[in-house]
Formats: sequence, C-alpha cells, structure tokens
Amino acid sequence: MSGLITITLRLNGEDVTATVPARESLVDFLRERMGLTGAHVGCAHGVCGACTVRVDGQSVRGCLTLAAQVDGAEVETVEGLSDTGAIADLQEAFHRHNALQCGYCTPGMLVTVAELLDQGGPVPTRAAIREHISGNYCRCTGYQAVVDAVHEVATTRAAQRGEPA
Amino acid sequence: MKTSAFAYYRAHSVDEALRLHAVAGENARWLAGGQSLMAALNFRLDEPSALIDVSRIDALRGVTLAGPTVRIGAMTRHVEVASDPIIAAHLPLIHQAMPHVAHPAIRNRGTFGGSVALADPAAEMPACVLALGGTMELVGPNGVRRVAADDFFLGSYETALQPGELLAAVHLPVPAQGARHGFAELARRNGDYAMAGLCLMLAGGSARVVFFGLSDRPVRARAAEAAIEAGAAPRDVAALATEGLAVFGDLNAAEPTKRHYAAVLLRRELERLTGHKDHAA
Ligand code: FES
Ligand code: FES
Repeated sequence: MSGLITITLRLNGEDVTATVPARESLVDFLRERMGLTGAHVGCAHGVCGACTVRVDGQSVRGCLTLAAQVDGAEVETVEGLSDTGAIADLQEAFHRHNALQCGYCTPGMLVTVAELLDQGGPVPTRAAIREHISGNYCRCTGYQAVVDAVHEVATTRAAQRGEPA
Repeated sequence: MKTSAFAYYRAHSVDEALRLHAVAGENARWLAGGQSLMAALNFRLDEPSALIDVSRIDALRGVTLAGPTVRIGAMTRHVEVASDPIIAAHLPLIHQAMPHVAHPAIRNRGTFGGSVALADPAAEMPACVLALGGTMELVGPNGVRRVAADDFFLGSYETALQPGELLAAVHLPVPAQGARHGFAELARRNGDYAMAGLCLMLAGGSARVVFFGLSDRPVRARAAEAAIEAGAAPRDVAALATEGLAVFGDLNAAEPTKRHYAAVLLRRELERLTGHKDHAA
C-alpha cells in the first residue's frame, strides 16, 4: 500500500513524469509542482469552474480530478492554449469586450469556451453560450461581456469556415 | 480543503477490482468519474483508506441494445450517454435529462453508474432509472446479482449495494411503442441540483411518476400514478403529486415550497403530454 504514485503524461506538448501523493488533485499538481498557476482553486468542490483544464481534449475540473487519474493522458492548461496561439482570437476578444475584470475566473472560462468553439458547426446562440459557461462563476463581469466576446469569436470563426452566420 | 491521505489503486478488470477491494478492506471506496466523490473528500466528509479506480475497466463502458433492453455500462461517461444514438432513439427520457446533469466539464468526467450508485436524492439519473423501471447489475465477491430500481434506492445516499460490491451496469427496458415521457426540473442555475424534479413515463394505460430533489431518494408518486391510470385530469393529478410522500426542505426551498413545485411540474408536463389544459382553474 502506497500513498505515492508515479505518473507520466503529456503536459502542454511536453512529456512529464512525476511521483506525487495519491491524494494530490490535478490542479494542485499543476500549480504547486509544475508552476502552471493559470488554473485557480476557487472552491475545491466542482462549483466555480476556476480550475478548468483540458484532459484528452475535454474540459475537466482540476479540483475533482486526481493527478493519479491523468496518468497516460494529454493535459493542456490555459498556458498551453495561449502559447500555441490556439485561443489568441478569444483572448483578444475578451480584452476588447472587457470580459474580464479581476481575471480570477478567466483561465477557466477560456478553457471552457475553447471547447464550445472547437465543436464547430453553426454559431451558438447566446443562450447556448450561457448554458455552456453555466459551470463557470464570474463575480465581476455579469457575464454579458463574456457572452459578447464568445459570440463574436464564434461568428468570425464560422465565417472563416464558410458556415452561414 | 484537501483530502485526507489515501492509497490509490487502478483496476483493469472487474476481477482485479474486486480483489483489490478485498485486500484494501471496508474503508476503501470505488473511484469512478470522481465528480461527487472528490468533492466529498475535499470537504473531508469521508476519509477512505484507499481509492480503487475502476474508470478504466473497458468491460464497464459503453451502451448496447440487446432485444428490448438497453444496457449502460456503469463507467460510461455522461457526455457519452448524452450523444449516444441508442439512448437518443430508445430512451429519450435520459437523452432529455442529460443536459441537466451538472455542467459540461463535469459531464466529461462523471459516469452514469457513479451517479446511480451514489444515489444523490437530487440527481437526475437515479430518478430516470427508477421511472424507466431499470435493473442494476451488481458484481461482488459472491458473483453477480440483479436488483430492480424499486428495491435499489433505500435512503439518502443509501442503496442496496453491499460493501465490496460494484455496480457493473444498468439494464433499462425500452419503453413500449407509443410511450410518452416527460422531464422537468427547477434549479437556481443551469446544471445545479434540482430543488424539485420530475420524470414521467406514460405507456399504454400505466404511468410512472418519479420525483427527485424532494425526499431522501428518488420517489415514486403512487397516488398520482393511480390517478393518471384512472383517467383523472392533470389538475386533479397534480393535487395528489406529493400525497403520502415524505418531503424534506433544504437550503434552497422549504418543504411546502417543494410540494408546490412538484405539483406545478407534474401538471405542466401532463398538460403538455395530453394536450389537456384546464383554463378554469
Ligand atoms: S476550484 Fe474546481 S470548480 Fe471551483
Ligand atoms: S473577472 Fe473577476 S471573477 Fe470573472
């Protein structure tokens, strides 16, 4: 019986091997051990969404996932998504629309929204955008500006794909 | 807060999982998607000695249709159930309920069986399973046994699962041709647990009415079921919505409020399904 476990994962495009306590959450692993402090710990019980990161292409709660569970997985954080330029248009739109104030929720919000935008297809309605970010609390913006920014990027990307608006 | 310390084991087969659990002892817990368990551990509501991760056991995953029954492997994630064509075609109640299960990031990890085995009184999937008359397939040290939904949910987070037993799958009968379903819930925010929720199945002359978020478990409203079967109007059925049911208030709504919500949901869904609207009320 061991409280330690060795994991190997692909983190923001790099192979990482680490030995961690079994009880360590993914978000603590990323913040404390990997120095990736973009994902935040707001509530530690799945309600606020500040800890959202990507595991195997899907958004997940970093506080409700153990580091042990991502052994063999591909993990991307907001740092990785930023560095590759994958969400540069989204970040720029958040900036321009004032979709962040204190910025605490923003990394989780960006990862969550990136998943919606990656689904492609027709431009999501404002209601669909609100539904998709329903698990991400923002205490500053009132969401209006967030929805504005997401809708704009969705519209631009759809036009680039040749989808009807 | 952080969890207490525990050991972590990953099982690759059901046999291995049962063996690991036998060795780890009664204080071990199954880890499926972890979307409720990890929150409970972070709050130290539970301090297990070990977690046995069963989420990677392939035999416990996937949706299959065999004759008149759909089998949902316990480790099938909510996001997979939500987009599964068999579920959409044959179990529209579950298809309709799925977007109400928490938020996208939680549906990406959370599992169907984890939700059913946890038996949160305000969760959607246990209520759907009860409304559809499902059967649980449980595996344990003494082999496989089956328990009907009516006998499975025993109380608040309490089920017929014995220590060391694992929910392997849920078997759900495909509703008869022409069956109709209703689903509705009231929550403060999209994806939050319901203050009151309803699953309704009408098939032939029979009705199953299940409320969640009202009591210590998903509950069948037998009085309302009998009234529907006797041909009562929606308004009169709704008056019996929580007749004979133990309803408990919580932080979100007091007991009388919950009874009122239940009646409103039932009446709305019945009116929608039957096209019967009584404006005089
Ligand atoms: S910190 Fe994970 S959801 Fe709030
Ligand atoms: S910008 Fe402050 S919480 Fe969202």
